[in-house]
Amino acid sequence: VKARAARLGEATLTAAVPIVLALVVNGILLAALGRDPFTFYADMFNRGLIQWEGFQESIIRSAPLLLIAAGLIVAFRANLWNLGGDGQFLLGAAFTAGFAPSLLESLGVWPMLLATMAIAALAGGAWTLIPALLRGRYGVNEIITTLMMSFIGIGVANVLVKGPFKTDVGGVARTDVVPFDERFPLLFDTRIHLGFVIGVVALLAVHVLMTRTSLGLRLRILGASPRAALHAGLRPVRLTVIAFALSGALIGLSGSVEILGVQGSFRADFNPAYGLLVIPLVFLARLNAIGSLVLVIVFSVIQIGGESAAREAEITSDVLFVLVGLMLLFMALTEYWRARRGRRMRFVPPELAERLRPGEGDGGGVGGEPRPAIRAGEVGSR
Amino acid sequence: MSDLLSQEFLTALISGGLVAAMPLLFASLGELVSEQAGVLNVGLEGYMLFGAFLAFVIAYNTGSEWLGLAAGIVAGAVGALLMVVFSVRMRLDQIVIGIAIILLAEGATSLLFDASYAESRPSLGTPSELAIPLLNEIPILGESVFSQHPIVYVGIALAFVVGWILKRTSAGLSIRAAGERPEALDAAGVSVTATRTWATLCAGGLAGLGGGYLAIVGAGSFTPFITQGAGFIAIVIAMLSRGVAPWTIVGAVLFGMSLSIATALQLIGVEIQTDYVQMLPFIAVIVVLVLFARRSYLPSALALPYVRGEK
Repeated sequence: VKARAARLGEATLTAAVPIVLALVVNGILLAALGRDPFTFYADMFNRGLIQWEGFQESIIRSAPLLLIAAGLIVAFRANLWNLGGDGQFLLGAAFTAGFAPSLLESLGVWPMLLATMAIAALAGGAWTLIPALLRGRYGVNEIITTLMMSFIGIGVANVLVKGPFKTDVGGVARTDVVPFDERFPLLFDTRIHLGFVIGVVALLAVHVLMTRTSLGLRLRILGASPRAALHAGLRPVRLTVIAFALSGALIGLSGSVEILGVQGSFRADFNPAYGLLVIPLVFLARLNAIGSLVLVIVFSVIQIGGESAAREAEITSDVLFVLVGLMLLFMALTEYWRARRGRRMRFVPPELAERLRPGEGDGGGVGGEPRPAIRAGEVGSR
Repeated sequence: MSDLLSQEFLTALISGGLVAAMPLLFASLGELVSEQAGVLNVGLEGYMLFGAFLAFVIAYNTGSEWLGLAAGIVAGAVGALLMVVFSVRMRLDQIVIGIAIILLAEGATSLLFDASYAESRPSLGTPSELAIPLLNEIPILGESVFSQHPIVYVGIALAFVVGWILKRTSAGLSIRAAGERPEALDAAGVSVTATRTWATLCAGGLAGLGGGYLAIVGAGSFTPFITQGAGFIAIVIAMLSRGVAPWTIVGAVLFGMSLSIATALQLIGVEIQTDYVQMLPFIAVIVVLVLFARRSYLPSALALPYVRGEK
């Protein structure tokens, strides 16, 4: 028990160091812009954490982020880079907002909630199919393809919202609004909605899936070495598709949660760009579900508080991009310092980091040609 | 259909396509060089943003396009310096650092722009044009290809120069060796780290120049997130060029045209929603990747840190 506590303490410390360093450097930047960093951070923690209203807001914000984290963990554990989160999120959101009003009328509240969530998950999952197949069959690097599909997804979501899903009410193009009482129910006496519970459950479910089930084991084998997976009689292409679909479905679901919990409708050009922001968090948590849960909530506090502090300081809330960028840099640096002192604790699993390496068993990498993707028949002949 | 072959439409398509192609050409050319040396710049988009912002600021304050473009090169190279320090020198993960650079660039440029220009939203004057005598008399091509900003001709020439350097000079050989067989380069007494450093800085400078062109000539001003994924498209163009620099011209112009087709269509009275147009280049990338999935090729030591004596 003692060793476990020590490990936990060490993990907490190493995750906290990059965050604190990022806050410090970001503070220096704020000072350079003529803003008082202490006021800024005081505002941030006050509005995001201390004030009950703000804290509820932070928890509400964390709901979609938790689902995105769950989706990313599935992909990263299987050694796949899913960088298309924004497109999957927006498609989930657009389909939910598009179908919710008519489904509400024909089916009632609960069936509508369930049906739209299912549609969103399907849409998000389906959007990963092309990158998954290109990756599995031809070894085309999924970093590029998921990003491309993400941009296309953002476009498709907007086309849908400005076209078939558009409300008849004038003004900015958006979908019909789901009335407040017919969205996710609120928890107890708070403003926090059911989406938070869904997010937490999803994250825990992913934890169980990856650590306690045979599918999770197979995905992790695929992640460790696709060649080994093949020798173990697994089918890498199919597993790649499954991992990607699961990841996309969870992220699509997060779009649904954002609509059914917060927005109520999808306004044209809505894009909170959560996708890239969650990535550092799951790495900082070393792809651990519980760690991700904590870090996502910490980040939500920073985001909600930061948006409010940025308004107060009269700067754009895009300052948070800088903060997350710094977190990533310091995360990499912390890893570097620790490695120099001989401690092996990596935020990014080595397999994922060397994902671009052509050959090395999985044959893919970026370049498809030198070693085409593996197929069952080829193994014996080598 | 006859409208599609009208002089007006073709001129607008080709000329707009070239304007849109230039940022992609410069960025993909830089990325090609550094990929050949074994460094994948996921943060290319970030270098372009840094370049676009500084180029805009300098061009606006000095009134000189050329100083602006030079500033773009410097800013892009400074962005790439992050990559050099963290990934090439300290051998940290190239993808993680790349994402960090993008986020930093997006946040920092938006923040700085907002702090100094959000109210005034200034724009620059009409960019200069260099019409090439005689050639600019040719119908369609004269008005589109041979009446462009002078840097366009520089860019196209540069693609061939880079191609020549990579294939025919010892510097080019070192670059390619750093990407294919770093241990062989090391054994030959050339520093892998130094080679990769210069190649990465080259990518940063060229991407910054592309960003500067985008702000000064393409848009005539800066807006936050102005690159809209151009950096990622440039990476794909570099991938598909398979180390042959002049191919980046073909790739960049094709993607540039898919960006400019909406404006050209408007001229002949066809209106399409901007969302479709913004998707077009990305759909093109996916189609190209599906069709030529096996064709892209990258050096075998790409994105791998080089540690002497380690296999």
